[in-house]
Amino acid sequence: MTAVMRAAGLGKRFGRRWALSECTVDIPAGRVVGLVGPNGAGKTTLLRLAVGQLQPTTGGIEVLGGRPAASAAQLSRVGYVAQSTPVYSRLTVEEHLMLGDRLNPRWCWKTARARLDSAGLDPRQRAGRLSGGQRAQLSLTLAVAKRPDLLVLDEPLSALDPLVRREFLQGLMESTVDAGVSVIVSSHVISDLERICDHLVILVASRVRLAGGIDELLASHRQLVGPRRDPATLPGAEVITERHTERQTTLLVRAHQPVDPAWTVSEVGLEDLVLAYMKADAANLSPMEMAR
Amino acid sequence: MIEFLLHPGSGVAPYLQIVQQVRQALRLGVLREGDQLPTIKAVVAQLAINPNTVLKAYRELEHEGLVQPRPGAGTFVLRSLADDTVAAHEPLRVDLRAWLHRARGEGLDDDSIEALFWTTFRAAHREAASKEDMT
Repeated sequence: MTAVMRAAGLGKRFGRRWALSECTVDIPAGRVVGLVGPNGAGKTTLLRLAVGQLQPTTGGIEVLGGRPAASAAQLSRVGYVAQSTPVYSRLTVEEHLMLGDRLNPRWCWKTARARLDSAGLDPRQRAGRLSGGQRAQLSLTLAVAKRPDLLVLDEPLSALDPLVRREFLQGLMESTVDAGVSVIVSSHVISDLERICDHLVILVASRVRLAGGIDELLASHRQLVGPRRDPATLPGAEVITERHTERQTTLLVRAHQPVDPAWTVSEVGLEDLVLAYMKADAANLSPMEMAR
Repeated sequence: MIEFLLHPGSGVAPYLQIVQQVRQALRLGVLREGDQLPTIKAVVAQLAINPNTVLKAYRELEHEGLVQPRPGAGTFVLRSLADDTVAAHEPLRVDLRAWLHRARGEGLDDDSIEALFWTTFRAAHREAASKEDMT
């Protein structure tokens, strides 16, 4: 399978602060990838490196087999919606579409019109007068109508109300069926990601903490509850988080083999999994590392 | 045609929820032999979920011999699960009723009955699984 994105030893430094370090990740094509992590973990940095808005300080990144933003052809294959959903405030909605048509060789008017209709946007309206949600819809329309092979969405859902959000996700998923587009989407809304994603990357404190197919990740993680004991005695499993009361121990583990039946074993949902990895790293980092 | 529902946060993988809902519809006779399942695109558009999730669910059902994809036409039900439940499971149901009656007679409330059922169910499950491992 070809990779839609491949990073090796990728790092980005702003001044003295590393926003992303030693990022090595391989994302297969045809997936909808959820990028999650705490604020400031480096999600936006990784996405901006992927679309060529930033240049790496260390290592390298390849997107759709080429260097990000290396050529007009490469640019036309990647659709990007930034977190701030920027638009040209002086131009009308229609003028944005005309711009999209001029700038993108694979521009699809039919897609653009259909999305505009379903979002209820007036083509004559100036973009500067749109609400936050409407602006997000316009940005998304431009990104989808250029018919990219890869769609990169940085927190696209935060400005949308629940109904519009659902409609947007429906449209997004339909376009993955029709056009086979790969998607990388960062979000804090795990329940949305659980619906739409089949691949997950967890970024914590500027490093990739976990990456893989969601089904495989859920299948390999378990929650264990049992009488209090030292988790160091647990063979064949990596302990991600542990909680103890006087009598009871609760663990979230990545199990490589069936777990000792003395534990009460239960499955782990996506939200628990993400939270466990985010929490584990917050606990393990020394204050010095946090400051870095 | 049936419609699927997704329960986020239920801890059950979305693909498995679809599989379970089809099985349930087959058991209840809502879906019968020859019926068509919603197309992948229709499910995706309705639920806003990943197409691979639907594909995985349909493959699983195909693997179980319950449905069959016909290229260009859709996915169709091969056999129903309706008759091997209601009739065939009647003796089990009678036993279970009797057991429930006894449990109540011994003073167990709903929660205790449920807890007892699930711990026993899981223990039996683990036993069966470990036996399988040994062979």
